[in-house]
Amino acid sequence: MSDNALIQVRGLKKAFGSQQVLSGIDLDILAGETLVVLGHSGTGKSVLLKHINVLLRPDEGEVLIDGQAVHELTEKELVPVRRRVGMLFQSGALFDSLTIAENVAFPLDEHDICAGDERTARVTELLDMVALDGTQEKMPSELSGGMRKRAALARTLALEPEVILYDEPTTGLDPVTGQQINELISGLQERLGLTSIVVTHDIASANYVADRMAFLYDGKVLRVDTADEMRASDDPMISAFLSGGLSGA
Amino acid sequence: MVLVRNWIVGLGEFFLLLQRAAVAAVVDRPRPRVLLDQLHEIGVRSLSIVNLTAVFTGMVMALQLGYFLSKFGAKIFVSRVVGLAIISELGPVLTALMIGGRVGAGMAAELGTMKVTEQIDALRALGTDPISYLVVPRLVAIAIMLPLLTGMADVVALVGGSIVAYGELGVTPDFYFTSLMQFLTLGDIARSLIKGAVFALIIGGIACMNGMEASGGADGVGRATTRTVVGASISVLIADFFLTKLMLVL
Repeated sequence: MSDNALIQVRGLKKAFGSQQVLSGIDLDILAGETLVVLGHSGTGKSVLLKHINVLLRPDEGEVLIDGQAVHELTEKELVPVRRRVGMLFQSGALFDSLTIAENVAFPLDEHDICAGDERTARVTELLDMVALDGTQEKMPSELSGGMRKRAALARTLALEPEVILYDEPTTGLDPVTGQQINELISGLQERLGLTSIVVTHDIASANYVADRMAFLYDGKVLRVDTADEMRASDDPMISAFLSGGLSGA
Repeated sequence: MVLVRNWIVGLGEFFLLLQRAAVAAVVDRPRPRVLLDQLHEIGVRSLSIVNLTAVFTGMVMALQLGYFLSKFGAKIFVSRVVGLAIISELGPVLTALMIGGRVGAGMAAELGTMKVTEQIDALRALGTDPISYLVVPRLVAIAIMLPLLTGMADVVALVGGSIVAYGELGVTPDFYFTSLMQFLTLGDIARSLIKGAVFALIIGGIACMNGMEASGGADGVGRATTRTVVGASISVLIADFFLTKLMLVL
């Protein structure tokens, strides 16, 4: 456990009905690192992610960001926390009744960040960062899966978060598009100094972006270590997963 | 027993949603663009279905009641009887049932789809309250539009009735409306519009509640939509009885 971690997860437990999904997660996320969370389907990776920006609340345990117990905050009190901790959803979750420009401008409008020409310029800048300039007037349904995820990332970046939570960022994408997303995640971390938590099944993606990896098993963290150490692990479960032997199991 | 418990839980969630929406409406006023979109969707796009329902309801009421009253030589009262039936009951109830089917189902399906595709989670993740952004404009819009549509349906149904009264019974439109206006009070019209406003909150609240609680993909959205249409229709009919009783007492 590190006392100077940006995000601290302590004894996190969560059940849905009779199904215990998280059984006591302890995890530290350091400022500026990219932590990849790995594990089989149904081990609670996405559930863990949704506790960090308090889209879900724990049954037991706590989530601390800069020492603040965010799981105890009301929805209103969480607004500044959620401005600091952005999230890229598995499906992108673009608002399908709004154009791409309106989607990206949505957080700018909601938080009165800018308006008029400044707003237009900011939307262009954000779309340019994810190589989507020129798609402003398109509807989300007109974009491919990879483009939708990049547009959603531009929307997430609009609030200039310090932390981004990525939920399966490359799932459902072809290898080339998946690699573009990987490069985007790494590039953003280098350029903006972001802290990233990436939940994925994609070992190639994990190997590309991870500074550290955490392996979840049976609702607990089996091991957390640097990417190199994890790859060298002699734990049969971890080595089989990282070599693809158990992926998707 | 389970049915009763579910009904009580549902009722509690319904009032909780209305209370949260009322607080959100005061603290964080509805976004003008979203509100205008909803006013258009609920009001303007429902005009044809409401008018069509109203005109034929008025016509069939005049036909049935005119035939019945003629037997007693009382056909001159046709506008009063049709007017009372339309303004007290059929105008607000049939308009609410039409809007419950068209608008309520649409709201539940839209919000349900947003829920299962994580768009509602995305709103929260971006620091926006989904109640304030999604529920409040829909409730405000339906609470404005349903009484207006009810008033319009009342007028259209009475006009439909007058056409049949003239064609089938020989009651001239001049006599029909003069007789009606002598009989009707402002209180009758106000009660009709108040019923519209109450039904609006019932339909909007049930639709938003079911939509926001949808889960499980397309199947879940379908179930939320069905629950909304059935729940709103039954609730409107039950509420109509108690509202009528209350209004007759007051």
